[in-house]
Amino acid sequence: MEQPNMSYINSLSGGDKAFEEKLIAIFKMEFPEEKKIYLCNMENKNFEMASQNVHKLKHKISILGLEKSYRIAANFEKQLLQGDASLVKEFETILSIIDTYLKKL
Amino acid sequence: MNCIIIDDDLTARVIIRQLCLNYPEITISEEFSNAIEAIKFLNRNEVDLIFLDIHMPDFTGFDFIETIKNPPKIILTTSDSNFAIQAFEFHCIIGYLVKPITQERFEKAYKKVSSSGVVKDSDEPTSSEKVEMNSGNDLYVNIDRRLIKIDIPSIYLIEAKGDYINVKTEAKNYIVHSTLKKIEEKLPSELFLKVHRSFIINTKKIIDIEDNSVLIKKDVIPVSRSNRPELIKRLNLL
Repeated sequence: MEQPNMSYINSLSGGDKAFEEKLIAIFKMEFPEEKKIYLCNMENKNFEMASQNVHKLKHKISILGLEKSYRIAANFEKQLLQGDASLVKEFETILSIIDTYLKKL
Repeated sequence: MNCIIIDDDLTARVIIRQLCLNYPEITISEEFSNAIEAIKFLNRNEVDLIFLDIHMPDFTGFDFIETIKNPPKIILTTSDSNFAIQAFEFHCIIGYLVKPITQERFEKAYKKVSSSGVVKDSDEPTSSEKVEMNSGNDLYVNIDRRLIKIDIPSIYLIEAKGDYINVKTEAKNYIVHSTLKKIEEKLPSELFLKVHRSFIINTKKIIDIEDNSVLIKKDVIPVSRSNRPELIKRLNLL
C-alpha cells in the first residue's frame, strides 16, 4: 500500500517551515473530525452525506501524495451516491494509514 | 488586485493563500467557508478576482455564480475535473484549477487574469461525464470516457444528486455529471415531466398517485404543489 508523503506540501512551501507546520496542524485538527463524521454517516447508512465527506477527505489524500488512494476515494465517492459501499474497506484502510502518518508528524 | 477565496475546506484556503504569496499584486481581502457569506460581502464590496470552490454543501460554486450580479473574474478550484465543460458556460470564469493545485498550474491560470478569455487548466478533464446527445429514442451519456447509450423509454426516473443526476432505467442506474435542466431538454416532453425540483419522471411508468406523491416502480416521488396541475392534466382520467 502506498504511503503518505510531504512532496506536495514541500513543493508549495518552498522551505517556508511556518506554512508547513500550519498545514500539518490543520490536517491534525480537521482529519480526525472529518473521519468521525464520515464513519457516523456510514454507520447510519447515510451514503449521500458520506459521499460528501469522502469528497472532502479526497483532497487531503491528494495533498499527501496518495495517487492510487485518491482514485479509490474518487470512485468510492461516486459509488456511494448509487448506494454502493463496496469500496468501504479499501477507503477505510487509506484513512487508517493517514491517521498513523499524522500521529507520527 | 483585490481577491477573495470561497471554499468550505480550510486546507484549500490556506493553500491558495500560500500560492498567492508569489504575487505581491494580489491582496486576499477575505476568505469564506460558504458562498452565502461571500454573497453578503459582495453586496457591500467590490473584488477583482474570486477563487471559487465548486463542490460546497448546500450552495455550490455554480449556484453562487448564478446568484451574484455582475460577477468578477473567477478562477474555479475543484477536486473534480469533470466540471470544466459546465464551467465554460460562464464568461466570468477565466481559469479552472484541479486540486491539489501546483505552483505551475496556478501561475498559468493567473497569467490569464488580465485577459478576458476563458482559460483551461492543463488538467482539463478527459473523463467528463455529461449528457451528450439525443438521437431518436436514444440518449448518450459520457461516463468514464465512454459514450453509453440509454434507451429513452426505459428511463423511469431521474433524480438530482448534488452535482450529479441518477438516471434510473429498467435495467440499471447511471450516475452522470449533469443537471436535471440539461437532461430535461434532451427528453421528449410528452413522456417526461419534472414533478419536483429534484425529480423528473416518465409519466408512462406511473403506478399510482397520492395527494403529493407518485409511485414509480418502487420509488415514491414527491410532487410539488406547483407541478401537480400539469401532472393531473397528463393523466387519462376517468
